[in-house]
Amino acid sequence: MKLEVHQLNSFYGPAHILFDVDINVGAGEVVALLGRNGAGKSTTFRSIVGLVARREGRILFEGEDITARPTHEIVRRGLGYVPEDRRIFTELTVEENLMVGEQPERTGAPRWTPEKLYALFPNLGEMRGRLGGRMSGGEQQMLTIARTLMGNPSLVLLDEPSEGLAPKIVEEMANAILAMKNEGLSIVLSEQNLHFARLISDRAYIIESGRIRFGGTIRELEESPDIRDAYLAV
Amino acid sequence: MEFIVVQFLTGLASAASLFLVASGLSIIFGVTRIVNFAHGAFYMLGAYVAYTLTERFEGFFGFWGGIVAAALVVAAVGALLEIVLLRRIYRAPELFQLLATFGVTLMVQDLVVMIWGPEDLVGPRAPGLRGAVDILGLAVPTYDLFLIVLGPLVLGGLWILFHRTRWGVLVRAATQDRDMVAALGVNQTWLFTSVFALGIFLAGLGGALQIPRNAVTHLMDLSIIVEVFVVVVIGGLGSVLGAFIAAVLVSELNAFGILIFPKISIVLVFLVMACVLIVRPWGLLGRPEGPARQPAGLSIRPWQPMSQNQRLVMLAVVVAAGFAPFVTGDYALTVLAEIAVFALFAASLHFLMTVGGLASFGHAAYFGLGAYGAAFATTMFGMPMIGSLLLGPLLGVAGAILFGWFCVRLSGVYFAMLTLAFAQIAWSVAFQWVEVTGGDNGILGVWPASWAASPAAFYWLALAVSVAGIVALRVLVFSPFGYALRATRDSALRSEAIGIDRSRVQWAAFVIAGTFAGIAGALFAFLKGSVFPDNLAIPMSVDGLVMVLLGGIETVSGAVVGAIVYKALAIWLVSQTDLSKLVLGAIIVLLVVAFPKGIVGFAEDLLARRRAKADDGGAAARTTPAKAPAKAPAATSGSGAAPIAAPKMEAAR
Repeated sequence: MKLEVHQLNSFYGPAHILFDVDINVGAGEVVALLGRNGAGKSTTFRSIVGLVARREGRILFEGEDITARPTHEIVRRGLGYVPEDRRIFTELTVEENLMVGEQPERTGAPRWTPEKLYALFPNLGEMRGRLGGRMSGGEQQMLTIARTLMGNPSLVLLDEPSEGLAPKIVEEMANAILAMKNEGLSIVLSEQNLHFARLISDRAYIIESGRIRFGGTIRELEESPDIRDAYLAV
Repeated sequence: MEFIVVQFLTGLASAASLFLVASGLSIIFGVTRIVNFAHGAFYMLGAYVAYTLTERFEGFFGFWGGIVAAALVVAAVGALLEIVLLRRIYRAPELFQLLATFGVTLMVQDLVVMIWGPEDLVGPRAPGLRGAVDILGLAVPTYDLFLIVLGPLVLGGLWILFHRTRWGVLVRAATQDRDMVAALGVNQTWLFTSVFALGIFLAGLGGALQIPRNAVTHLMDLSIIVEVFVVVVIGGLGSVLGAFIAAVLVSELNAFGILIFPKISIVLVFLVMACVLIVRPWGLLGRPEGPARQPAGLSIRPWQPMSQNQRLVMLAVVVAAGFAPFVTGDYALTVLAEIAVFALFAASLHFLMTVGGLASFGHAAYFGLGAYGAAFATTMFGMPMIGSLLLGPLLGVAGAILFGWFCVRLSGVYFAMLTLAFAQIAWSVAFQWVEVTGGDNGILGVWPASWAASPAAFYWLALAVSVAGIVALRVLVFSPFGYALRATRDSALRSEAIGIDRSRVQWAAFVIAGTFAGIAGALFAFLKGSVFPDNLAIPMSVDGLVMVLLGGIETVSGAVVGAIVYKALAIWLVSQTDLSKLVLGAIIVLLVVAFPKGIVGFAEDLLARRRAKADDGGAAARTTPAKAPAKAPAATSGSGAAPIAAPKMEAAR
């Protein structure tokens, strides 16, 4: 197993957000974490990379317990995180944004260079000197992913990569994620949009009110419309 | 004409050191969000260490090596301070770091006198730059020309550092979003330390470079820190180029202000600062502050009015305090009266800071204006004491109405800085308008009426006024106005969206706080029998901040406890030891580390924990009760994952 989350409970102050969340990701897998707004997807990701102050349970990455590690150490082990709200450094150029993400090469993980990333996201290659704050939403989304890939991770948490993007950009995004998978990267992506997730994922979890309600293959999910309707349909 | 050119060059030379120190403060604030009050102390240390080194190692290399080595030594001390102290309190509420660095400043002031003595020290001239250059027939020191060149060189060097190295790019990234930088695998801990060390290096260098121009004194820290605050605010927090432009502007204003407007030379700089902040609230080259990210669960225990029992306890405490004249002597009563006055002053600032979320760095202005108001009423118009006590505070109210109108247009650090600027304006007027205020000599002979002249009577008067004021402020907290004010504090946007006029509510809060500060000030004038510009100077404002933070910023009435502890401690220490600042500073630092929520906040935590333990009965199997005192029962969570899922509310107040 690449990533194992056991009995994860998270809190914001006195509020209990996640309840006994279990998630497993195999090497090279693309796993979707599906759920509505506020279901706990982002909190799950933030808890895994140590950005939620109070959490209980066990998180293993490549067999090692990372639960109590600080964020930067978790990331340096090869667990990349792409936040939901993009959080581009708006005062930095595209090139400088990539520079912040730079980490040493890692065995067993695809190696990324700015040139390789410009090939993956051609838009970025055309605006290397542009300030992050002067890019469109889609371009910023690509830049956040590219920035995280500069750390040469072996697994990436992608928080709602399709959110707020134009249909044409969504398609480009799906292709980019598939290309990342072909490089051997393990990927967990959170989504509200089953359509998008179906295009690229091997397996899916459904989270609702901070609890995992379903775990299985995409095919199993498609064969159970009741689950889909209960937790995903608007 | 020639004279103007030379004066201009002198101004530019002064700008160099100012720029070095200010850019260091700006860089540190940008990344760590710490307003480093100790920055002036490091500037002073740089000058003292450079003095010692250049005295010992003479000659060209001795001097220049000594200057650089001094800056490095001071930077190392700064790094040590960051590692030992600041790292522990980054997560503490905003401004707490200010309190800690203020404590350090106090300690350094005494340490410097211990090591180097109280006399001014005159350092050596710079080898190779001793002479003067003839410009338009007037002699300009070569060293000044060197400084004029040095400023832009340092600016260029910093630009290269921040734009051409990965470290610099990381620093700029962290200035915008620290958490994201960590989420990309960067170890923030060392990034912060290195940034702090760089900022302190610049401060130390600025101080070291001053020794051929000015004498080294143990008062130079406070004089520079105010100017540096002004520079950083005019230039824009976090902007190095802005700091450079503002340093030149401020230095030239100082150089020419004394010639053109000698009457208002001190106030000029602050007037310019106020104008800049009103037109461009985030400084010339600064960026508007994003909405402050409030740490989750900041105030998890909602405020509640006192229960009947708690009220009875408070009443008993006040009655007990009323018996003090029967058990203590006159000196103790005077001290107690002073403590009562400051409890009211601190409570008024606390109201503004905690309930309004508006941290004022210049609250002493309204205290001092109230004091001057009372003094004018007594000495100029011959009012009886009661009349002066009633009318005097009106001067504070007027000041708060005027200044507050401008201040509430800003928020966060910029609000703090503008309040500081206005307080300095008030101070400058009191200091320079000698005909009316007596200037530095103050106004004497503000004595209480005969019925209140005895220490016991005045103590009762101070106690009664102070208690009434504090109770009134507390009632306001739980009034509809108080709720509206708290709404503007918690979310300016949402409160405006439900129809609260944010700036009007905050302005009202500003005036209320100013009123009670003015009342405290008027009492203070009669307590001391005199009024001085010190009453509205920065140290007085800082005292207020220290009391509020010490008591606990997230509490309803922590400031009262903070005022009692701080004032009693300060007065007692002065009577006990010559090193009162060193001890007081050390105590403040220790308290900050031990009680990051203040004294009252700490006590409340303790109570809440005990209560939670009693509730849980140690039954929870999965979690330790101490870590999860208020977990929502699982049954309530099925309805949706709204992050605030009705925790058990402890009634701690």
